[in-house]
This record gives sequence, C-alpha cells and structure tokens, in this order.
Amino acid sequence: MTQTFNFTVNGKPVSVALANEETPLLNVLRNELGLMGTRFGCGLEQCGCCTVLIDGKPEKCCAKPVWSVAGKSIVTIEGLGTPDKPHPLQQAFIDEQAGQCGYCLAGIIVSAKALLDNNPSPTRAEIAAALDDNICRCGSHNRIIRAVQKAAAQMQAGAGS
Amino acid sequence: MNAPLPGILADNPMLDRWISFPAPGKVTVNTGRVEIGQGVLTAMAQIAADELDVAMERIAVRSGDTELTPNEGYTAGSQSMQSGAVALRQACADVRALFLAQAAAIIGCQANELSVRDGAILRGGKTTGQDYWTLAGAVNLVVKATGSGPRKPVTEFKHIGASTERLDLPDKIFGKATFIHDLQLPGMVHARVVRQPNRGAVIDQIDEKAILRAARGKADFVRSGNFLAIVGGDETAVDLAAAAAVDHVRWQHVEKPTALQAEATWLLQRPWIDRVFGAPAGEPQGRRRFEATYSRGYLAHASISPSCGLAEYRDGHLTVWTHCQGVFPLRASLAKALGIDASKITVQHVQGSGCYGHNGADDAAADAAIIAMQMPGKPVRVRWRREEEFVSEPKAPAMVVKVQALLDDAGKPADWTQEIWSPTHSNRPGAGGVLLGAVALPNAMPDPPPGDVPESGGGGATRNAEPLYGIPAKRIIHHLITEPPVRTSALRSLGATANVFAMECCIDELAERAGQDPVAYRLSLTADQRARAVIEKVAVMARWNPQEPGGTGHGRGIAFARYKNRAAYAAVVVELDVAEEILLAHVWCAADAGLVINPDGVINQLEGGVIQSASWVLKEQVRFDNGVASFDWETYPVLKFSEVPEIDIELINTKDDVPLGVGEVTAGPTAAAIGNAVSHALGARIRELPLTRERIMATLLKA
Repeated sequence: MTQTFNFTVNGKPVSVALANEETPLLNVLRNELGLMGTRFGCGLEQCGCCTVLIDGKPEKCCAKPVWSVAGKSIVTIEGLGTPDKPHPLQQAFIDEQAGQCGYCLAGIIVSAKALLDNNPSPTRAEIAAALDDNICRCGSHNRIIRAVQKAAAQMQAGAGS
Repeated sequence: MNAPLPGILADNPMLDRWISFPAPGKVTVNTGRVEIGQGVLTAMAQIAADELDVAMERIAVRSGDTELTPNEGYTAGSQSMQSGAVALRQACADVRALFLAQAAAIIGCQANELSVRDGAILRGGKTTGQDYWTLAGAVNLVVKATGSGPRKPVTEFKHIGASTERLDLPDKIFGKATFIHDLQLPGMVHARVVRQPNRGAVIDQIDEKAILRAARGKADFVRSGNFLAIVGGDETAVDLAAAAAVDHVRWQHVEKPTALQAEATWLLQRPWIDRVFGAPAGEPQGRRRFEATYSRGYLAHASISPSCGLAEYRDGHLTVWTHCQGVFPLRASLAKALGIDASKITVQHVQGSGCYGHNGADDAAADAAIIAMQMPGKPVRVRWRREEEFVSEPKAPAMVVKVQALLDDAGKPADWTQEIWSPTHSNRPGAGGVLLGAVALPNAMPDPPPGDVPESGGGGATRNAEPLYGIPAKRIIHHLITEPPVRTSALRSLGATANVFAMECCIDELAERAGQDPVAYRLSLTADQRARAVIEKVAVMARWNPQEPGGTGHGRGIAFARYKNRAAYAAVVVELDVAEEILLAHVWCAADAGLVINPDGVINQLEGGVIQSASWVLKEQVRFDNGVASFDWETYPVLKFSEVPEIDIELINTKDDVPLGVGEVTAGPTAAAIGNAVSHALGARIRELPLTRERIMATLLKA
C-alpha cells in the first residue's frame, strides 16, 4: 500500500508516495526527486558520501528510512549554492582545488557547513575531527581542510563587514 | 626525415581521431585517457590550447569512447602525461601545421610567415581573415600524422606549466550529476548480481519466495548458468532482494580463503614459477653479507564508490557505459566473453570515483552487459553493493621481498639480490584476465596462463626491484605465485611499493651498519644528478639533521625512488611519533616530474600518493576468515582526516621537454620513509606491513 511522506528539501516542500516506508532517504532524493548530488558510498552509514543536513544536523541518509524524516527540513549539496551564487565553502573548494575524483565532496562540504554553522572559526584539529566521519580515498584531505579554513575566514570577514 | 612518432600516435595516426573543429570557435580534443580523479582532461586541454594556439574555453575534451577516441589502452602506469600527452602534443602540432599550409596557399605566402592567435591566422601579427574554422572545410584531417609539425619550445608555453583550475571539479563541488552512478537512461532497470563465490561454484538452490518477500516490491531474476541477477524498476526493492539473496541462494563447491592465507608468509610455501634476471651469479664482489626479509599483506583498492556499469543491447548492438581504465581492452574482452563481434560493441567511459588500479569497474560493466544481452531493448544499470566491492574486487597481492647485499670494505653494497614472492599484479581484461561475471556463464573461458606485467611495461612484482643506485652487480629473483587464495591485480604502483619499502629500508639498515647518515649514504651511492637533486632538496626542506638521536619515540626517515626507474623521481622525509600507535606529524617530498603540464595537478597527485601509501602502511590489510573478512569500512579502515599529516611538496626541473609520470611515484618512498622513521623512533626495525599496534608492541617487547 502506498503511503505519502511530506518534508522539506532545500526550502521547498515535497511530497512522495512510496510503497515501502523503509526506503532510504538517499534513494528518495536520487530516484524520486532527481537530486543526484548526494551520493551512495556504502549503504552502511560509514563513509559519509550521503551526508545531508536534517533539521540542521549532518546525517548520513543511505540507511535512514523515509518515514523518519517526515515533517523535517533537509538540505542537500544542491541547496548550498550554484555556480552563479556559490556558497563560500564551494568557492573555497574551487580556489583550493580541494578534490581529486570528487565523489566524496558533496558529503564533505555538507559536513563542513554543519561545522561552520556551529563553530565559525574552527582550528585545523576541529575541522579534521568534524570530517572524520567522511572518507576521502584519493588523499585530498589537506586541501579540503585548507578550503574549510578559507571559507570560515571569508564567512567571518563577511559577517563582520 | 622526421623523428619517429610518439608510440601512441603511431598506434593511432589518423589526425581526425585526435582533433576536430565541430563548429565556429569550437575545438574538440579526443583522448584515449580517462578521468579517474587525476585531472587528466584539464591537462590535455592545456596541451591542446598551447600547441593549437586557442583559448582553453574553446576546447571540449572527449575521452574514452571506442567509437570516437584514440585507443590508448589503459589509463594506468603513470603514463597519461609521459605517453598520452606527448602524443596529443604532436598531433596538435601536426594539425596546426596543416592549417598553416592551407592558409599560406590561400593567402599566397610562406607558411613560416604565419602564426596563430586564438585560432585566427595572422601574418606579420595582422589578421588575415582566415582562422581554423574558415579553413576547416578545406583541410583534410583524415590523414596520418607525420610528426613534422613543429612543437612549441618550452619557453613559449602559456598554458602548459600553469596551475589551471580543474575543468571537472566545479560540477562535483556543486553536486551536479557527473558520475556514472547518476546516469539515467529511459526505461532503465536496476540490477544486482548474486555473486558466484568462486570459479566453479554451482547454484544448488534459490529460495525465490524468500528473496521476493524481502524485496517488498517487484523484482525479477535473470539467470545464465551460475550467473544470477535480480532486476527491477525500483532500486530499493532490487537492493533488498539482493541483500536477502546472500542468505537464500545455496551454492555448491564453494572455496573460501582462510585466515592463514591472508599472511604474506603463506606465499613462501606455494608453487611458483621462477625467473632470474640481472647480473649472473658469479664471483661475489663484496665480502660482508647483509640479508633481511620484508613483507606486506593483501590490499584493497577500496574505491569510495562501489563499481557501477550500464549496458543496453538494442538492434544487435551492445552499448556499455563504464568507469573502467581501458574502454578498448574491455570491449575486446566483452566480445570474447559474450561471443559477439567487437564491431557490435560500443564502450564509453563515464567518470566514477578514484580507482587506483584494477578495481571492480570492468566486472560491473560486464555484469550489466550480460544482463542486457538477456533483456534486449532494456537499459540495465548494475551497481555493486559495498560488501561486494570489497569482497569481489581484485586484491593487490601480498608480497615477500628478501634483500641480500654483499658489502665492500667501505660498507657499500657491491652485489644486490632482490628476491620476490608475489602473485600476479596483472589480471586486467586486456592482459587476458577473465571478467568476473563471465566466469559464471555456461562454457566460461578458462583462466589465462600465469603471468605478470612484462618488464617492457615496467614489470608487476618486479617493478622497482632494481635499485637505481650505482651497485656493481644487481639481480632480481622473481617467484610468481600461481595459485593465490584470491584474484589479484594492479593497485597503484604495483610491486614498487613493497620493493621500494624493502630496498629503501635495507639501505637505511646498511647506512646504520656503516655508521653513516642515511642522506649522506644514499648520496654516496648515486651519481644520477636528478636523483641526487631530489634527495638533497628534501633534506633541505625537512631541515634534516644527521645528529638527531634515535629511540626516543620520535623519529624521522627518508627514502627515494624513481618510479619504474624511468618515470618521475621523488624523495620523501617523514616525521612521526610512536606510542602504541604511529602518529604522522609531517611529510616533505621533493619531486622531479620533468616537464610539468599543471603544477598544482602534479602536487595533488604526489600528495594523494603520500596519503594513500601512509594509509596502506599504517592501517590496511585485507583479512580472510572463512572468506574475505574485510567487507566494509569498519573491517577495512583507512586513514582519517585527523590522522593525515601536514605535507609539503616541491617540484624541481619543471621546464624539461619531457613529462615524467607522477601518479604512483610517492607510494614506495612514503612507505619506506615511514618504515625508516619508525625504526629511528623505536631503535628497532619492523619489516612487515602494515605497521600495526600488535607489531609495534611486539617489537618494543623484544627491544
């Protein structure tokens, strides 16, 4: 029997009808809503490729049943910025060329946003600790940390002006 | 008489395979190299921009398509710049020369009076009204390259040598679909394979009801011999069914690797095929003898995304989308496995996550192709499960490396034997390796005869087994282990990691016996100026201090290699602390990659190699326990953000005329520098990788 689930994605209300209420949020985002930026990495909530913000908190959504997000507000990588209007994190990732294959980046940028929302000027160690739930296999870690530091500095400067 | 064409260009001489001018103001560059996260497409655009004299913005790079692009075999072996870029550069130079000749004929002047600015033909610096696009109709590019087009001198490069931003990164940063996993074809079905546990395993019983119950949605079975797949339109249902199938399909003739087989030393008791090359066994030149044995376990590529492949069989033609490293070899292998002519197969590359060698990409594409052949007209998308990627991907082989050195009176090696036990590093489809799904089909092809990457290709287990140092007699003894417990194949740097680890740790052990500083000792062994330069440079960068005391828990180590003894040079210094575990503090690297197309791209590759190698050395080993017991990120942990050291990299000699491949050069030196730093910190040597807490504790207890 089909059930309907209502929640918000990137500020817009969405409504999806599904036969299986256990369908992972990741599959709903990708296959029902066409938001392909959030990625499947493991399906085991281990690698962080599927990190999204749920009511402002970074959460892995590859094994999160859709029923559990009913009524909640979800932000994906697509909700951060666009090439015309990039989020400071996205601009900093481009400036630092922070990535190799790029598969992990959506989850990492979303995790970094959650960090900066709570801690606007994190230390290198705090950034590393906040990203420990995200795996990067290519070895772009130091560039990614530099990009987060740079975005933090720019956001601080922007907030102060 | 022109110089011989670069090898790849000789193999693909038709210029229209490389360059076309599809519309006014547009240039299409084709490359057989594929993007696997190394920035290769950007580098190719930089080369074309310089050699054709057009703006980067005009260039679109197409890559890895059996219908359109040159056949460059595999994107592997750190060859994309060293071979692929050199070929593209000459192709562009030849094309530019053909256009200038045509323009000269129209204008009525000599070609050498003309130049090109952003595609416009100039005479004496003034516009002529002609450009690539006005001339394109008259210039026939369906001709063979001659190698006669003059390449730009290094001093005139504008784009080559610049840290141009990667063309592919913004889409990845904005979450716009770019990966094979995002490809949606009309009417596509999702599929998962119920993997045959080993060659020869036979399906005994399928509890279809239990599997479909678990699916909670519609799913169907596709079967051919012992190849079994679950397909359907609802990915969640297909996933659930595939997960349930693990417990609800019973197999006969199952073989499972044992815990004991995971240890490198297990190789020493296996049948092998021997090869000996290098100096003949003659009168030994040294008198004192030093012997030590080093090893490492099996490693996983552990790509961040599980492998994925799509295929569609329509009107007698098979189209396959894959993130594999070689679309042409895959096409040939699919033709054999499926019994159809290669001309009836198109294979297109679509980006996946970093692969670092032969992971599951080819096999996932074959899975999709096998299923698609049974569902004509229906596009099929296979995505492996995470466990499937870890369990089924080809593993990097475990290796044992014994070094025997005979020393002269000054304590320098006069006679060096590197003896290697290793399964093959080459099971790629293009090297005769069998596609996993095809093994389960009726009348499956047999495994290829045992072999490894030939020396002409840089060797597999023997890669970097010969020291670059000036040692009078050098020899390699290679024991190819023919019956490993799991399928093995190429992982970034192949045998070089274990060989350089053994060799460069041994050099430190010899330096210590000779009472010499490791940096000075290495310099005393080599007259190669480029080798000396990177060793000297990294010592300066790291403020190397020969007097630094050892055994304090804090250590530094150095190591050096030239990848394959013919690609880039790199020297690495590692600083670390050892308590119960190893904490990396800082890594310095000096590298000579010859002509650098994109300095930031090269640094990114070197850095990635350092971090991946550090991860192998500190954390990684594939475990077996009644099957592959490393099946997720908890049972196969890799280096985390908080464990990554600070890294400083400097490049030298970047204006040479020839690029030297860099993607794999730091793997070996990083492993050995960590080994040497740990030895310095502990005052005791660990010769087995990975450098686990258990091994550190055992060494401390012995010391």
